[in-house]
Amino acid sequence: MRIPASILTLLAGMALVLTGLWVGQNVNLLPAQASANAPVYDELFKVLFSIGTILFVGIVGLIVYSLARFRRRAGETGDGLAIEGNLPLEILWTAIPAVVVLFVGIYSYDIYDRMGGMTPLNDHSMHAMAGSEERTWGGISPVSLDGDPAIAPLPVDVTAMQFAFIFHYPDSDITSGELHVPVGQPVALQMKALDVIHAFWVPQFRLKQDVIPGQPTLLSFTPTRPGQYPIVCAELCGPYHGGMRSSVIVEEPESFAAWVAKNSPAASATTTAVQS
Amino acid sequence: MTISLMPETSSTGSLQPQGWLRYLSFSTDHKVIGLQYMVCGFIFYLIGGALAGAIRTELITPISDFLPRETYNEVLTLHGTVMIFLWIVPVVNGAFGNYLIPFYVGARDMAFPRLNAVAFWLIPPAGILLISSYFFASAAQSGWTAYPPLSTTTPATGQIIWILSVLLLGGSSIFGGINFIATILKLRRPGLNLMQLPMYCWAMLGTSILVVLSTPVLAGTLVLLSFDIIAHTGFFNPAMGGNAVVYQHLFWFYSHPAVYIMVLPAFGLVSEILPVHARKPLFGYTTMVYSILAIVFLGLIVWAHHMFTSGTPPWMRLFFTIATAFIAVPTGIKFFNWLATLWGGKLSLNTAMLFCCGFIVNFVFGGITGVALAQVPFDIHVHDTYFVVGHFHYIVYGGTVFVIFASIYHWYPKVTGRLLNEPLGQLHFWLTFVGFNLCFAPQHWLGLNGMPRRVAEYDPQFTLINQLSSAGALLMAISTLPFLINVVMSAFNGAPAGDNPWNALTPEWLTSSPPPVENWKGEPPLVHEPYGYGVAPGELSLEASSGRDLWSLGQRDQL
Amino acid sequence: MTSTHPETTQHDATEAEHGHSDHRLFGLATFLVADGMTFAGFFAAYLTFRAVNPLPAGHSYELELVLPTINTVLLLVSSFTFHRAGAALRRSNHPLCQRWLLVTALLGFSFLAGQMKEYFSLPFGLTDNLFASTFYAITGFHGLHVTLGGLMILIVWWQSREGGRISVDNQFPLEAAELYWHFVDGIWVILYGLLYLL
Repeated sequence: MRIPASILTLLAGMALVLTGLWVGQNVNLLPAQASANAPVYDELFKVLFSIGTILFVGIVGLIVYSLARFRRRAGETGDGLAIEGNLPLEILWTAIPAVVVLFVGIYSYDIYDRMGGMTPLNDHSMHAMAGSEERTWGGISPVSLDGDPAIAPLPVDVTAMQFAFIFHYPDSDITSGELHVPVGQPVALQMKALDVIHAFWVPQFRLKQDVIPGQPTLLSFTPTRPGQYPIVCAELCGPYHGGMRSSVIVEEPESFAAWVAKNSPAASATTTAVQS
Repeated sequence: MTISLMPETSSTGSLQPQGWLRYLSFSTDHKVIGLQYMVCGFIFYLIGGALAGAIRTELITPISDFLPRETYNEVLTLHGTVMIFLWIVPVVNGAFGNYLIPFYVGARDMAFPRLNAVAFWLIPPAGILLISSYFFASAAQSGWTAYPPLSTTTPATGQIIWILSVLLLGGSSIFGGINFIATILKLRRPGLNLMQLPMYCWAMLGTSILVVLSTPVLAGTLVLLSFDIIAHTGFFNPAMGGNAVVYQHLFWFYSHPAVYIMVLPAFGLVSEILPVHARKPLFGYTTMVYSILAIVFLGLIVWAHHMFTSGTPPWMRLFFTIATAFIAVPTGIKFFNWLATLWGGKLSLNTAMLFCCGFIVNFVFGGITGVALAQVPFDIHVHDTYFVVGHFHYIVYGGTVFVIFASIYHWYPKVTGRLLNEPLGQLHFWLTFVGFNLCFAPQHWLGLNGMPRRVAEYDPQFTLINQLSSAGALLMAISTLPFLINVVMSAFNGAPAGDNPWNALTPEWLTSSPPPVENWKGEPPLVHEPYGYGVAPGELSLEASSGRDLWSLGQRDQL
Repeated sequence: MTSTHPETTQHDATEAEHGHSDHRLFGLATFLVADGMTFAGFFAAYLTFRAVNPLPAGHSYELELVLPTINTVLLLVSSFTFHRAGAALRRSNHPLCQRWLLVTALLGFSFLAGQMKEYFSLPFGLTDNLFASTFYAITGFHGLHVTLGGLMILIVWWQSREGGRISVDNQFPLEAAELYWHFVDGIWVILYGLLYLL
């Protein structure tokens, strides 16, 4: 007596789900996590990766199985089964994807909220911080970042142009081609573009924001891991788009303070403050 | 005065070109026009492929060392524009739509045959105009998306030529859409009602609705863009009070439905091919129809998922996430229906079937990455990276192009009267499937780890993966050879196909191969059950191998 | 050829020639949906600009209303006169049909003249500000449609003479031009509301 097909299917389904969950948790496709919201992002990635693996392996398995089991053997001339529909089955495979999709949507909304994406950018505290009533068009507000509210975010003005990012620290009047930030402290980038659309992207932070001429943008994050990470322009901006990159250097607070001291124009009258 | 007639001349003594010359003429025969679209489109596919080859060659090394930088940007712009507007949209709509729809509705031709010819003949000049801009001026270099201010600050001539070309091609598409809607809704043979039409008709109806509603918005947008370039208005120029994001909204209002314009006809074609080679009815006809309509509706309201990093307000991003993710439901229904069509069938593993199965595998992969991309926080990291490039190539190449090949293998016998060579076809399939996956699967990892798109240089840590991808591209290029050899050789030496080599039920198979000018000698056949294959469960399998036997049994009740 | 049912006569004629009924008006209507969507894109852009991009200080959205209101009336009346022309044709009264068509054309070209007068009297040019650019783009695109429509009316007027191609058995050219004209009129009403009244 053979094992009933329903039991075999159930076992296959369970194996599939477990495989998908394992792959999602253990196969790492992402770069290092260097900001507070990177682990949040990676959580979402793992869930999507698991669901995707289950679906993909399941469907490929079904096709390969069908091609093998139901292929026409030599000499066979008949037709297959004349089944034109199965309403309960169709309802099932409409309802399950709808529920999965709804779950993924709500979950990703929660993730986005935890990343700070839902906080409005134009409330009064933002304008006070920016020092002007100019409307902010996009990005992530530092008001939403978790952390000690007593620590003010470090403001940095970012100018994107063909083909470089220029960073200016209003507090210490430093202008630099690289972004230096202290670990553990929120940073608020006030970004503007001079000519065409650029995009500010740090893969290790899992953050990207288009910088559009005429639309001042505010991007905030909290770096969590010292190191040097690439800043990549991620919007076609001309022939040197591929070469438009810089670096963000996340340092311990002491080395950051030393860098500020060394480069600040107020600190020394004889040296010029440029790239460190 | 007597006129000396060539042997193939029709009995009316027409002065119209005969034989192969018809294909270079302003013919109004839908079968000729369909083939014109097919061959013209395929030539542009080869051109677009050569452009892709240039891109992948540049990307073998991490520095910009193959092409001048501006030229590289021209190449990538032309690659996208040619593939979308000169290959896929004309072929899945114009080639297969024009050839098949009159057969499926039981008509002798499309509703507006002269409009049909006009729509086709807009394409070669528009394509030549676009390609020639590369040689005579500098071609557009702002990507196929042409975002201002980049598109208004790069050399103007190339961009204006690009705009003109796309306007012509959009017009062609709209004319075609008008023709398909009228033919499907108005020209059905007496006795044939909408829910008895082959699924490809529903797919083309839905697609044509999208074409008519969304393409004109692109036309208007490009007109405004051209004003910015020529007349120095500031619609999209922030320095003059304009708004660059408005362009994006208007552009994507068309360009998102454009991807359904490229994929829905492919869905329809798969629904035609699978039942024939699985010898089973199409599973779930009614839900397939509703799924198409749902995709059409949803496809019009999700455009801003291309703009998640452009500074749109959070509530807008949330809406577009949910709406986009929901398209997965009707799409998933279609895929499950196709799997159910295969299940329990008697599958012929010929090239058409293999390409359809390859399509299912590739498109499911692309659809999964699509649902991921629909989630705002996920997209923020991978927007404008090679992850997106991988995603959409799985959809348009792994999806639509695989279906185009499946359809060629399926209908070539009908169009030419000869069979294609099966072993060559299998070789073509495997080379394409392996090459395609080798080229595009690694690109997802590249995007996740830091490689943006539209670049000629990259971080050297990505070199090996890029070289793998380029090797895959080379394999894809090579895979075209057995296909071309097969198509050309079989036209002369292929085995005669007969009327109905696949024992299929739809009306195009119920006439000679190739069909006569009037499509059928005598009355168009009335086919109530285009998918009436299969034996009822419990019935012993008979020699019910002829579609005609099943057809003549009349209506079959639903189980 | 006389008949008590002109529509059936034309239907039979097309049926005999093509093997199916005349669907050209349906095709034209579909085309007009597409054309309407082009305008919809322009209107959407205009409304977005108004909501999101403020005009520079000293510039305003205010427009003189007298001339455009007269123009609106002209167009609405012209749709009525075009309809009368069609009714006359259906009664095979060619001279009356032609007269109504001429009145329609006159009204249409008066609209264009009014538009030109308005253009020359406006205080802003094409590139002065975003509102100006959008105003000229939308009214210009519409004016182009009116011009094409006016030319079509003249062609139809010529072909509607006794012995011309257009008759009770071949009404399509007049019906088509009329449908197009009503469309252009309808677009103007929306345009008037959004650009002038809002």
